[in-house]
Amino acid sequence: MIAGVVRPYHAVFRARFQLLLQYRAAALAGFGTQCWWGAIKVMIFAAFLAGPVASPMTLRQTIDYIWLGQAFLMLLPWSADAELARMVRSGDIAYERLRPVDGYAYWYARAVARRTATPLLRATPMVLLTGVVLPSLGLGKWGLGPPAGVEAALLFVASMALVVALSSAFSTLLDVLVVITLSERGVNILVAPLAIVFSGSLIPLPLLPDWLQPFMQYQPFAGLIDFPFRIYGGHLIGWSAVAALGRQGVWTLILVVLGRAIMRRAMARLETQGG
Amino acid sequence: MTEAAIVVDRLTKTFRVAQRRSGAWNALAGLVRRHYRDVRAIDDISFRLAEGELLGFVGPNGAGKSTTIKILCGILEPTAGQCIVGGVVPWRERVRHVARIGAVFGQRTQLWWDLPVIESFELLRDIYRVPPARYRQRSDELIARLDLGRLLGTPVRQLSLGQRMRCEIAASLLHEPRVLFLDEPTIGLDAVAKLAVRDFVKTLNRDHGVTVILTTHDMHDIEALAERVIVIGKGVILADGSLASLRRGALAERRLWVHFAGEPPTAIELPGAVVRQRQARSIELAFDPRTTSAHQLIASVASTFEVEDVHLEEPPIEEVIARFYAQHEVDG
Amino acid sequence: MQYPASFLLTSAGAFAATGVDFIATWALFLRFRQVAGWRIGEVAVFYGVIGASFALADALTRGFDVFGEQFVKTGDFDRVLVRPRSTVLQLLGYELRATRVGRLAQALLVGYIGIRLTSITWSWTAWATLLFAVAGGMALFSGILVLQATLAFWTVESLEIGNALTYGGVEAAQYPLDLYARWFRNFLIFVVPLGCVSYFPVAAVLGKADRTGLPAQLLELTPTLGFLFLGFALWVWRYGVRHYTSTGS
Repeated sequence: MIAGVVRPYHAVFRARFQLLLQYRAAALAGFGTQCWWGAIKVMIFAAFLAGPVASPMTLRQTIDYIWLGQAFLMLLPWSADAELARMVRSGDIAYERLRPVDGYAYWYARAVARRTATPLLRATPMVLLTGVVLPSLGLGKWGLGPPAGVEAALLFVASMALVVALSSAFSTLLDVLVVITLSERGVNILVAPLAIVFSGSLIPLPLLPDWLQPFMQYQPFAGLIDFPFRIYGGHLIGWSAVAALGRQGVWTLILVVLGRAIMRRAMARLETQGG
Repeated sequence: MTEAAIVVDRLTKTFRVAQRRSGAWNALAGLVRRHYRDVRAIDDISFRLAEGELLGFVGPNGAGKSTTIKILCGILEPTAGQCIVGGVVPWRERVRHVARIGAVFGQRTQLWWDLPVIESFELLRDIYRVPPARYRQRSDELIARLDLGRLLGTPVRQLSLGQRMRCEIAASLLHEPRVLFLDEPTIGLDAVAKLAVRDFVKTLNRDHGVTVILTTHDMHDIEALAERVIVIGKGVILADGSLASLRRGALAERRLWVHFAGEPPTAIELPGAVVRQRQARSIELAFDPRTTSAHQLIASVASTFEVEDVHLEEPPIEEVIARFYAQHEVDG
Repeated sequence: MQYPASFLLTSAGAFAATGVDFIATWALFLRFRQVAGWRIGEVAVFYGVIGASFALADALTRGFDVFGEQFVKTGDFDRVLVRPRSTVLQLLGYELRATRVGRLAQALLVGYIGIRLTSITWSWTAWATLLFAVAGGMALFSGILVLQATLAFWTVESLEIGNALTYGGVEAAQYPLDLYARWFRNFLIFVVPLGCVSYFPVAAVLGKADRTGLPAQLLELTPTLGFLFLGFALWVWRYGVRHYTSTGS
């Protein structure tokens, strides 16, 4: 038995993790789409980088970035927890306050399950395809290469752990906002484009205009895609890399505090509906 | 637990409700400046419940039942007044409080939609931190008593309402709470399921001493289970006592059915009794038991007419309640 | 269309959301100036043409898009069959989604900007070719969606292939096809003729026919393949309907 304090959170994490791992059909479909997207992006970016103008990132770094970005696409906080949204609509959400647990921590545990199970399910075949199969066919130039070095690999692992924490904090904030707005459509529609652009999923942040760089490096989404995958490719190194990890951590904390504060108000507001 | 399991003292809850005026112009104006009005959901409510009591909580919609229950559960804070459940103030020590209570809300589910029932139970076991041995014993007991054996592997979304209700009740008791809140537990259930639920709750209360607060619109639930009834209307307590006293107060009337061999006589004059209904071969007489005894009435009927059979009835409980609401000018 | 305000809002949201697409292109051109000899104005025209084609096709064929889910699974298709009108016509008017209007507006805007930025000689043939390309693209995308819907007659699971080809197709054809590897380019010309409703005709209009290795006049006619594809798709559809009615699903 897990230690008493953590027991409820571990339990709900494990339950949702196992449940999410079963969605293999959707993962397969997503795999196909992500491969296609990745291939197109690689070709387009390669064409741009082949021109006379110098690029802040090498082709190798860019291709690695693109494939990793596609593989781990599900790390982005795409949408609020559908189950929680359903509970808000049906009124089942009332039971959440009847459980002897910290409400936020409980929802955070659910978010962590979402942000580990699904990405794991989808990333594994993609990494295998682009990192193992393609090189073995002699197409390694267009596939996923290894990390830029031992230091890069270690920092990468640390950064990915922080991505999970950060993304889960984002997701939980979304869930809380669904409770406040009582509908998930608005929240979902708004977050997706923001996440795609600002995380670097659409285009590696360094390739955006230079005058945007300072802002881009300090906003919260950057820690979801841009930091870990540039660390992997050796574009973000040394103290800059460590500072980036620090920013991931700080934003996680900020989002957690914000999420907790809003949740308290959201749950209080919920109860005033219905006599 | 202290002597009185639940103490409610001058509980009041006022809601600020945003006023929504009809019409496009008002809607637009509403975006700029909101008008609020205060709605007093419950006003100065007080009662005490001893450990092991089973209380029936009755009242029309909007009367304040749900508000009271929510405050007792600890998910709503009152505007004024005090409330203590098992020595704990619910909304102040929410986590400690909810670990010792169970709740079943009729229309809603606390089980996990996509998981099999047994996995929901295990998840609840971990959430409430129940020691594994106690859980096993408890869940075996509940599964047997509520006949859930065949349902355990089924995802909750595939259960019928009656099946789900039995699972909900089991789920709410896995952590052995001393107080159980039941909010419309029999709504939507068929007759067999209702009987099963009532039977279970009765045994739970009688044999295990679990304090139960039952909120319901189904007066047969009340009849079957509640020795004590509190009627709430417009946010205040209208009655607090036994069902029998409620009957007497609202509708002091008994009914005598008289069955004839042939057609009933057209003119029936009996002191202390009024004809309520006529049917092919019988008539229904209504009388006030305080002034006329059943024995007397039967005797005078039998001596005046050729009677084949008689039987006595109480007015149906719904009628009693409806009459009660009407007396207190509360819409039922 | 019940709530005009909400329709407008969702359209605006979709406009912004799909506009996100073009941010990458814009940023890349800002830094790199050109790609394989193409400039941003030209790429914007490619983007506009394919985007408009898809938005229009999608607006019309929503009924086919959700066919599996909402008609076959629920058995609603039986009602469609009973009515004395062509099944295709009935499904065509199914649902006009606000998101598609936003998408269309965005595609047209980008296309227009592109046209202004390039130095095309604006003859009637140029406009006709562009319109023909959009029409052909509409036909092609409609055909893909009809084919995807037809699959629903045989399998219960809605296969995501259609989505990959439509959204993926738009994504790929936003850029001139000579950027891509040979095998990919061929796929997009011969298997799913996206190239014929965007790359070829637009290259002709932009005066870059020489990049394709084919004469301009021929290029202007290639959108026909989009219509042929749709014809093929409708033929398969009719086969599917016959199969459905004979087996009673």
